[in-house]
Amino acid sequence: MSEPTGPETSRDAGEAMTELFAFLRRRISGDYEIDEFGFDPEFHDKVLLELLRPLYRHWFRVETLGLENVPVDSGALVVANHSGTLPLDALMLQVASHDEAGRAVRLLGAHLVYQLPVLGHLARKGGHTLACPEDADRLLRKGELVGVFPEGFKGIGKPFSERYRLQRFGRGGFVTSAIRAGVPIVPCSIVGAEEIYPKIGEVPVLARMLGLPYLPITPFFPWLGLFGLVPLPSKWLIEFGEPIRTDEFDPEQADDPAVIFELTDHIRETMQQRLNDVRLRRGPAFQPF
Amino acid sequence: MAHNVLVTGVSRHIGRRVASALAADPDVDRVIGVDTVPPSSLSRDDGTPPLGRTEFVRVDLRSPDVVRVISAADVDTVVHLSLVSGPAKSRSAVKEHNVIGTMQLLAACQRSETVRRVVVRSTTAVYGSSPNAPAVFSEDTEPAEASHHGYEKDAVEVEASVRGFSRRRPDVVTTTLRFAALMGPGVDSPLTRYFSQPVLPSVFGFDPRLQFVHEDDAVEVLGRVARQDHPGVFNVAGDGVLLLSQCARRAGRPVVPVPSPALRILGFSSEQLSLLTHGRVVDAGRLAAELGRRPKFGTAAAFEDFLAVRR
Repeated sequence: MSEPTGPETSRDAGEAMTELFAFLRRRISGDYEIDEFGFDPEFHDKVLLELLRPLYRHWFRVETLGLENVPVDSGALVVANHSGTLPLDALMLQVASHDEAGRAVRLLGAHLVYQLPVLGHLARKGGHTLACPEDADRLLRKGELVGVFPEGFKGIGKPFSERYRLQRFGRGGFVTSAIRAGVPIVPCSIVGAEEIYPKIGEVPVLARMLGLPYLPITPFFPWLGLFGLVPLPSKWLIEFGEPIRTDEFDPEQADDPAVIFELTDHIRETMQQRLNDVRLRRGPAFQPF
Repeated sequence: MAHNVLVTGVSRHIGRRVASALAADPDVDRVIGVDTVPPSSLSRDDGTPPLGRTEFVRVDLRSPDVVRVISAADVDTVVHLSLVSGPAKSRSAVKEHNVIGTMQLLAACQRSETVRRVVVRSTTAVYGSSPNAPAVFSEDTEPAEASHHGYEKDAVEVEASVRGFSRRRPDVVTTTLRFAALMGPGVDSPLTRYFSQPVLPSVFGFDPRLQFVHEDDAVEVLGRVARQDHPGVFNVAGDGVLLLSQCARRAGRPVVPVPSPALRILGFSSEQLSLLTHGRVVDAGRLAAELGRRPKFGTAAAFEDFLAVRR
């Protein structure tokens, strides 16, 4: 390996600058495209992911497993466990899908996200949308990689003592959508998010006043103020499990509760098993950097 | 076959353009234009198309006079375009014009023996704008929450009377067209006035997705469904989506984000405010499949064309 020579580096720097200016010009003149959901691929790749990557690579040191289970270019529904008090697991899944699997994952989020200023707007720019059957069906029909957290707030807001125990899944609406679109369900186990903000208590009265699903108390929040919001540097593993086919079902069975509940239970059991295995594989939550 | 078309709202831009397009068609025998106010001139040459051989009748739709117009001219096609969004008059007068006017008109059509096709202009505002609604509305989407706001509510009520009418007269072909925001050189709407301001106030923390339909495409679609049977409810919108911030940058106008209560003080109505907060996008695929034609202008192109004359 030879040291880069002077003119080359300056040319590289020059190119980088030209590219940066072109990028800024496009942003300032509004000359970029978004899709109907508000997904802004350029902003997603060049701004959002750049901000998340240091956290992904150096803080949580995320490792991915089972990337071959993510379809290269067809529709699929990634179903993941949800934890960590704040949805950093969603953001890390987003980086993992883009950087490791080469796909933009379109996550289905809670109503709350879209009611809040800035957050809802950023979520749309990042390619995400509201968790509702219409949007899920539409994205899957377009062959997108869609991600859901069926535990919802029950999962992300559960106390630390319940860590790595999957909570109840909702009504299984995600299964209905997958069957209707005939796409595979990819169970995804995210290990590490449980330890970032260990929730040891909550303030239900204040949460209700603020219209939030919960207001957590962790060993560091609210005692250390904003510093309490720094996530603990746990070691993360994200595994994409073996796809579960849904195309063997008749699309008419998408509305049959018996079929839906059975498949939902099957997926939940599989996920709990994978979660236990991946957690064992990771070892201690806090490992030396 | 005789082809006599009644166009309401003919003194306003789209109504005038649709009437003149129909008048230019030799297959159409008569075009009768009605409105509450006379068109400024029947043959202006200031860029707006002349009404041609359109016969203008001044009728207040809230009165039952329209019955006489329909029976006197043996009208077979009614194109109802007079839905008003702007707060030109008082809110209650606008509501009466929109809702009672439509009811009177449809009552007249119901009694008529000649009318066999009714086309109603509605708006995508019937879906509302809400953080709890799907990102893309299709014709079958139920609104996430009942609309309490002026114009949206009017449109919802207008559509309800159209549904009632088509139940009572299943032999009449009814077409309801839900238009996205109209955009183009001649359009004067709350949204085009908004984009003509030197500084654009926006809702802090929100960047709504907007969708436009070019006036040429609107006229084309209305002309098509006025001459052929296309029963049903259809969204009409240009392809693609623009964020409010993109529109502002393309227009070269600065955006000033302010908290939403401040916008209310600035005189924005609730429905404008919710549009500027949560935006609205519809799927216009059903109409494209029905007509075998996509709009000539996408959302971005329609906005560009609007800007071209304002610059």
